[in-house]
Amino acid sequence: MIRSEILKSIAPIISNELVICNIGLPSQELYMIDDQSSKFYMLGTMGLASSIGFGLALVQSQKVIAIDGDGSVLTNFGTFPTIANNSADNFILFIIDNGSYGSTGDQPTYAGQRTSLAGVAKECGCENVFECKAENAKSTLQLALASNKKTIIVCKCDSGNIPVGVIGLDPGLIRHRFMGEVAARNSF
Amino acid sequence: MSISEKLINDLIAANVEFVTTVPCKQLADVIEKIEHCPRIQHIPSNKEDEGMGLCAGAYLGGKRPCIIMQNTAIGVTINSLVTLIQFYNFPLPMLISYRGEVGEKVACQVEMAIHTKGLLQQLGIQTYHFHKQKDADEFPDILNHTFMSRKPTAILTDSNFWKGNK
Repeated sequence: MIRSEILKSIAPIISNELVICNIGLPSQELYMIDDQSSKFYMLGTMGLASSIGFGLALVQSQKVIAIDGDGSVLTNFGTFPTIANNSADNFILFIIDNGSYGSTGDQPTYAGQRTSLAGVAKECGCENVFECKAENAKSTLQLALASNKKTIIVCKCDSGNIPVGVIGLDPGLIRHRFMGEVAARNSF
Repeated sequence: MSISEKLINDLIAANVEFVTTVPCKQLADVIEKIEHCPRIQHIPSNKEDEGMGLCAGAYLGGKRPCIIMQNTAIGVTINSLVTLIQFYNFPLPMLISYRGEVGEKVACQVEMAIHTKGLLQQLGIQTYHFHKQKDADEFPDILNHTFMSRKPTAILTDSNFWKGNK
């Protein structure tokens, strides 16, 4: 399975959740599969999906799923100690690890070689770290959502992309409609 | 009231509830006081671009953020400032220790000080320079202006400003 197939498989269970989605093809694919106001698409700034998602999880009570990639996580390892040392049981980091920089031409990453992202996360002090196969992405994420515990999932999959268009939304609109969703869900 | 206490009181008055910090010797006292301030959620960052991500997330969650860091961080964060904070219109007050100015003891700090204002100007970032403690009288207005305009703001605080701060 490749990244777009994983996103299709988890789309039904994250459709109504607050999602921060990684730059490039992950956001473009999620936008094509199931665009919602509750999705915050990153149009730039490689590496910060987990930080944005964790910042959001820290200040309000709704669940937050940050969808990240192995290449992006490799640029921001500092995120793991921050996640490990601060409380936010409403936070799930879902890393799609295809061992390559998918948006830039599938160059191999070190995560596809000797470096284990799950191992790094654990050594940084994170608990509830799970590595799963692509086929088990949905069930693993479902368990994490039901657990109400801060969780990191590293989902291993094949490298590969599908043709997909760019996101036509203005960044201000993406932020504005997402903030409306967050405010509405925290207002009761 | 010390200058650290004044700045923190101004943050609280402006409804800033989320602060991330990357340390600088000049900022040690204000960071320690923020850590113990019950009105502010303090999440230390490992690097300033990570901190900008946390601040963006906090703002998405309805909380006003602030990042406290050294001017060397301007070099670290240009991409995050441009493609995240500015592109999405996130307001972000950046309380910055302006190292490398007159009174600096570490020569290397001067190298980044030379570029600090030029980089901020090139990035189109609203910039204020606190040289004397009286300059901080404007801090409440600068905070309100930052959140009104939904833009990043740099508040440079040099060694003369922090002199005698306890």
